[in-house]
Amino acid sequence: MTNLALIWMPLLAAALAAVWPRERSRPWLLLAGGGAHAVLSLWLLVFPPPATPNAWLAFDPLARAVLPPVSLLFAACAAYGAAYLRLRAERPNRVFVAVLLAMLGLISAAAQARHLGLLWVAIETATLATVPLLHFNGTGRAFEAAWKYLVVGGTGIALSLLGTFCLGYASLYGGGGGDLTFAGLAAQGAGLSRPWVLAAWVLLLAGYGTKMGLAPMHTWKPDAYGEAPGMVGALLAGGMTTAAFVALLRVRQVLEAAGAGEAASRSLLVLGLFSMAVAALFLIGTPDFKRMLAYSSVEHMGILSLGAALGTAGTAAALFHVWSNSLTKGTMFLSAGNLHRAAGARTIGEATGLGLTAPRSAALFLAAMLAITACPPFSPFFSELRILRAAVENGGGFTAGIFLFCLLLAFLGMSRLVLAVIEGRPRARRPEPRSGLRETAGVLLPPAALLLCSLWMGLAAPAELNEVWRAAARFLSLLP
Amino acid sequence: MNDMLNLLVGLAMGMNLLALGSSRLPAIIRAAAAQGVILGVLPLLVEAHLTWVTVLTCVATVVIKGFVIPHLLRRALRAASIDREVEPLVGYVPSLLIGAAAAIGSVALAGALPLLREHTGSLLVPGSFATVISGLLLLMTRAKAISQVCGYLLLENGVYLFGLLLLGRIPFFVEAGILLDLTVAVFIIGIIVDRIQREFDSLDTRKLTVLRE
Repeated sequence: MTNLALIWMPLLAAALAAVWPRERSRPWLLLAGGGAHAVLSLWLLVFPPPATPNAWLAFDPLARAVLPPVSLLFAACAAYGAAYLRLRAERPNRVFVAVLLAMLGLISAAAQARHLGLLWVAIETATLATVPLLHFNGTGRAFEAAWKYLVVGGTGIALSLLGTFCLGYASLYGGGGGDLTFAGLAAQGAGLSRPWVLAAWVLLLAGYGTKMGLAPMHTWKPDAYGEAPGMVGALLAGGMTTAAFVALLRVRQVLEAAGAGEAASRSLLVLGLFSMAVAALFLIGTPDFKRMLAYSSVEHMGILSLGAALGTAGTAAALFHVWSNSLTKGTMFLSAGNLHRAAGARTIGEATGLGLTAPRSAALFLAAMLAITACPPFSPFFSELRILRAAVENGGGFTAGIFLFCLLLAFLGMSRLVLAVIEGRPRARRPEPRSGLRETAGVLLPPAALLLCSLWMGLAAPAELNEVWRAAARFLSLLP
Repeated sequence: MNDMLNLLVGLAMGMNLLALGSSRLPAIIRAAAAQGVILGVLPLLVEAHLTWVTVLTCVATVVIKGFVIPHLLRRALRAASIDREVEPLVGYVPSLLIGAAAAIGSVALAGALPLLREHTGSLLVPGSFATVISGLLLLMTRAKAISQVCGYLLLENGVYLFGLLLLGRIPFFVEAGILLDLTVAVFIIGIIVDRIQREFDSLDTRKLTVLRE
C-alpha cells in the first residue's frame, strides 16, 4: 500500500497549501511534498512492492519504469519553485502551489492506473488542474494560451472518453462482464470485437496523443510552453506527457492481445515520424527560444512513439528515453526561464548576449541543448542510439533514415537559435535593474542537478535500471 | 420502450441541426440546453431496473446540462453584451448540410458496426456519432467563445449518448467522471471567458492571434 502514498501524499500537501495562510512560507510545501514523493518513488524503484494483479492502482513494472524520473523532475522544479516564487513575490501563489502538488498526485495516479476508466479520470483531472498554472503570469497572452490549452486539450480528453467507451463496448460485445482493468481486457484477447477495438484505438490515440502533443494534435503546445513559467513547462513536458504516453502503452497492450497490435504499432510509427518531421521543420524556423522548447518536446514525443512501435527492444529504449527526456528537458526549461527573466524577451532579435548578462544560466542552457539534441555523453544520445538500433532491426533502413535526418534538422534549428541568443552583445541595460535578473543559487542548482543526472544516466547508468526498462517492456508484451 | 428512446435520441439529433443552423447565440444555448435535458431523461428509459444511482445521475444531468450551464453561458453572454455569431468560417447552410450528412453517415456507419442484440435498431450509436461530429464542427468553425463552449457541450453530449450503451455495466465512477468533467470544464471555461472578455472585450477568439508562427 506504500505505492498509494505516492498519490495521497501530494494531494494532502496540495490541500494543506490551499489553506496555508502565509504567502512566503507556502512554497516550502512544494519542496516537502516533492521531496517526500521523490524519496518514496526511488525507494519503490529499488525495493518494488509485491505484485497485486487485481488492484486498480499498482506500482507495476511500467509504473516503476516511468514514475521515478517524473518524481526527480518534480523535486528539482520544487526546489527551483521555492526560489522562483520569492523572485515573483508580486503574484499570489496559493493556487499555483496547490495545483502543482495536485498535478503530481494525479500524474502518479495516472501512471499507476490499471483500469481504463480510472486512467481517464486521472488524466482528465490533471488536465483541468493545470489550466490555472498556465495563466500564472496573468497577461493577455497567458489567457490566450490557457484558452487554447483548454479547448484543444478538452477536445482530446472528450475523444479519449469516447474511445474508452468504445473499448468497453468491444469487451461487452465479446461477452465480457464489464471488467475494464487492462489485465481483464487483455485476458479477453481475440474475444474483443475487432471493429470496436480499432475504433477505440483511433479515438484513444487521438485523445491521449493530444495530451502527449504528437503532431498534428500538438497545436496547444507552443502557446502553453511559451507563456507558462519555465517550471510549469518542465512539468508539462516531462510529467503530463509521460502519463499520456503510459496510457497509450497500456491501451496498446490490449490491442496486441486482441490481435490488432500490428495496426497499433504501425500507427504509432507513422505518427512518431510525422511528429519528428513537423517539429524539425518548425525548429528550423522559430525565432522564440521558449516556443522552441515546445517543438523540441513534440520531437521527443515523436521519438517515444517511434520507439514504442519497434517491438520489445524499442519499447525498452523508449522507456529509457522517458528518463532522458524528463531530466534533460527539466534543465532546458528551468534555465530558459532564467534567461527569459534576465533578458525580458525571448526572440532572436530582442534577446542577445545572454552569455554576458546571465552567464551561468546560458551555460546550462547551451549544455542542455547539446544534451537534448543527442550529443554524447548525455543520456539522450544513448537512448536514441538504442531506438535507432531497434529501428534498423525492426523497421528497416527507411525509418532509421528519416529518424536520423529529423534529428539532424532539429540539431541545426536548435543550435542556430540557442547560439543566437547567447552570443553577441547585450542590448542596452534597462534604466532600472530588474530583481528577476539575479542568478541566485536557488534557480541555478536545480537545473544543474538535473543535467548531472542526465550525464550520470549516460555515463554510468546501473545495469539494474536497464533491467527495469526491459522488465516493463516484457510486462507490456506478455500475453495472458 | 425502444421507440420512445429512438424518438428522444432523434429529437436530440434535431437539436444538433438547430445549433448548427442558428446565428443567434441564445438560440444555440437553448438548443444545447434542450439536448441536455433530453439526454438526462434517457437513462430512465435505458435502465430496466431503476436504482437510486440511476435516478440521481438523471437528476444531476438534467440540472447541470439543462439549467446550470445554460445559465452560466447566458450570464457570460450578458456580461459581454453580444448576441450574434459573426460570419463563421463555414457558413450556416453548409454547416447544416454537413450536420445532416453526418447524421446519415452515422446511421450507415452504425449499421456496419457489430452491435449487441438489444442495441440493433437503436439510434443511440448513430445519435452519438452525429452529435460528436456536430460538436466538433461548431468547435472548429465558430469564432465566438460562447459558440465554442456550446460546441464542446454537444461533443460531451455525444460521448454521453455512447456511454448509455454501457450504463449499468460499467463502474459507477465513470458516470461520475462525466459529470465532474462537465461541471469543472465549464466552470473553468466560464472563468476564462470572463477574463478573456475583460482582456479583449468581445469574446471573439479570432482576436486571440498574438501567438502564432
